[in-house]
Amino acid sequence: MSTTTPVPRGEKSAAFEYLTTRKDEFVGWARKFSLFPYPFVTACCAMEFMSVSSTLYDTDRFGAALPRFTPRQSDLLMVVGTVSHKQAPILRKVYEQMCEPKWVIAFGVCATSGGFYQNYAALPGIDKIIPVDLYIPGCPPRPEMVIDGIMKLQDRIANQRHPIINQDF
Amino acid sequence: MGGNLLDRVQASLGGQALATDMVHGILVLQIAPESLVTLVSHLRQQHGFDLFLDVTAVDWPQRQPRFDVVYHFYSTRDFVRVRVKTRVDEADPTVDTLVPLYGSARYMERECHEMYGIRFRGNDDLRPLLLYEGFVGHPLRKDYPKQKEQPLVPYRNVQP
Amino acid sequence: MSLPPLTSLPNPIRPAFTKGLTPGSVIVNIGPSHPATHGTIQIVAEISGERVVRTDVHCGYLHRGFEKECESHTWHTLIPYVDRLNYCSALINDFAYCEAVEKLLGIELTPRCRHLRTLLSEYSRIADHLTCIAAALMEMGAMTAFLYLVTIRDYVYEHIADLTGARVTHSYGRIGGLARDLPDGWLRRLEEILDQMDTFVDRVHGLVDRNRIFIDRMRDVGVIGTAEAINWGFTGPILRSTGAPRDLRKDTPYLSYGELEFEIPVGIKGDNYDRYYVRMREIDESKHMIRQLIDLLQPGPVSVDDRRCTLPDKEAVYTEIEALINHFKLIMEGPQVPAGETYSAHEGANGELGFYLVSVGGGVPWKVHCRSPSFVHMGGAHRMLDGYQLADLVPTFGSINMIGGECDR
Repeated sequence: MSTTTPVPRGEKSAAFEYLTTRKDEFVGWARKFSLFPYPFVTACCAMEFMSVSSTLYDTDRFGAALPRFTPRQSDLLMVVGTVSHKQAPILRKVYEQMCEPKWVIAFGVCATSGGFYQNYAALPGIDKIIPVDLYIPGCPPRPEMVIDGIMKLQDRIANQRHPIINQDF
Repeated sequence: MGGNLLDRVQASLGGQALATDMVHGILVLQIAPESLVTLVSHLRQQHGFDLFLDVTAVDWPQRQPRFDVVYHFYSTRDFVRVRVKTRVDEADPTVDTLVPLYGSARYMERECHEMYGIRFRGNDDLRPLLLYEGFVGHPLRKDYPKQKEQPLVPYRNVQP
Repeated sequence: MSLPPLTSLPNPIRPAFTKGLTPGSVIVNIGPSHPATHGTIQIVAEISGERVVRTDVHCGYLHRGFEKECESHTWHTLIPYVDRLNYCSALINDFAYCEAVEKLLGIELTPRCRHLRTLLSEYSRIADHLTCIAAALMEMGAMTAFLYLVTIRDYVYEHIADLTGARVTHSYGRIGGLARDLPDGWLRRLEEILDQMDTFVDRVHGLVDRNRIFIDRMRDVGVIGTAEAINWGFTGPILRSTGAPRDLRKDTPYLSYGELEFEIPVGIKGDNYDRYYVRMREIDESKHMIRQLIDLLQPGPVSVDDRRCTLPDKEAVYTEIEALINHFKLIMEGPQVPAGETYSAHEGANGELGFYLVSVGGGVPWKVHCRSPSFVHMGGAHRMLDGYQLADLVPTFGSINMIGGECDR
């Protein structure tokens, strides 16, 4: 995915490696608790997205509440609902407009695999056109599942490498 | 009141229609494609069917003529519906447009055109509405395979 | 990165105009991935300064092939597809479709089923109006109103999930009746939720009704007259906001609406404020109807005892051979619906929701067509958008309540 390219580590000293690991932990902690989702909302899953963003199942507790409705300012692309073939170029364009680091959540079975719309109109899963970090199945998924998914994504972000200056550090 | 209106419609238009029927509370008029606009104007002006509900088509591939074009109208004064059906051939699936009579016909005729290939003479805006530019074929016809996709964005190689 | 290089992406639409009519105007593209276009509408607008000269509304970004899918499923197994049309009020779609099939089969519902279907239709209508108003107000900045309304909507969802098993897309209607009867305590919780709803909706009234900002943004914006609305096919709350008291529940009563007492709220001018207020009043009327229906409910069966469509009891399926075969054939081949066609319409939350079904006998339909109010409203939306300012597009679009699943099917 975005920042998991392996980094050549052979010649670095132990102190440097210690610094890199601590830096990765710190940056990972900062990034996972300040996700700016871009809700690419299309269909019925939007109802559960609204529910999970509001008071009873709050995503604000995870730092992922404030949606940025422009891909330039967001880092988490949540594809909520079915993506049709007509919508596919728009999804690809939005994904390309986001800057690194970026993560993608496929919210709902329609985004994961096309759901039960296996016909000429629906894209059978958004991973056919963009790489996906987390799949949340459900039609639509319960808000608790979404929160579980966000927490798993946060674990993933925490354990990733985060090169911030160059490819090594 | 509704029943009287349908009787009156049947009486005044029965001659123009090829067949009339009452099906589940709706008067159904089977007409020839040429008399569509005159009949619908008559329904609108004389009998008050001011709400154009729907136009769609039904595909009967084993039958000649192949398509049934089905219109539904509603009267907001008398609260009854009427269904107007006409048959067109696959070789020349053309009917006249209802856009001069009802504004809502614009989008509904566009949808019927892209799904079945019915041409609406006089409606110059038959761009794809629910489908997209570059889609070849008419998906709701019975000979279009359900799973034949025409993706706009090429698929990437997904590692399982 | 495993993405192929991006040279150019095809444009899925062809806009109606690429050059402006007035000198100095700009063509602006709004959507389809836009917070205020409720998912998936693209509006190509010609803007002169802040004023919108003309618009070209493009829908279809959520076209999921509903009609084609229905032609390869049995009459029962396509109920989940029907649910996902207007996903905000899924039960209304279920019941409208089931009623159309019941007309073809010639089935009369049991009284308890009729009352329950009416009650749940009104409950779904409340959920839809709550969603519409919450989203519309949030887009104008009233985040608090959104949170209040989505909280009470969430209580409604959990409550319906106790009955149907799912929060949003319920698939609860069955041909000839309902999937199951009410669990214990459901009606008591219903009354609690209705009381809480009074509180929450009153708070939103207090925040919005006489608020200078909202009146300025919504009054006299997106105005449409009755004759024009009917010409462009508007039904439902939009037509009622223009002053015409047209409602299928009163005009052509179906289910138990003939036995209930309720009013039809109408607007004065047909602008955004009227549409907002009509929906708020309809929530009150729906609550009133639900309270009447709770009193009308009598114990009895919820599914009609007709072996053509109702699944037999599980005890019988495991012990009697006829029930087993009946169950098997209903599941594998579907209910055998006699040949014919029918059109049956209910008053959905957005307007006239109709199903046109064509059957050739057999368990699989020949054609299932949904007459969706949102689709027709998109055809007429430009009458409410042209001539106003660019920022007015947001409240106008929010008040039309375009539901993508219903519009694009």
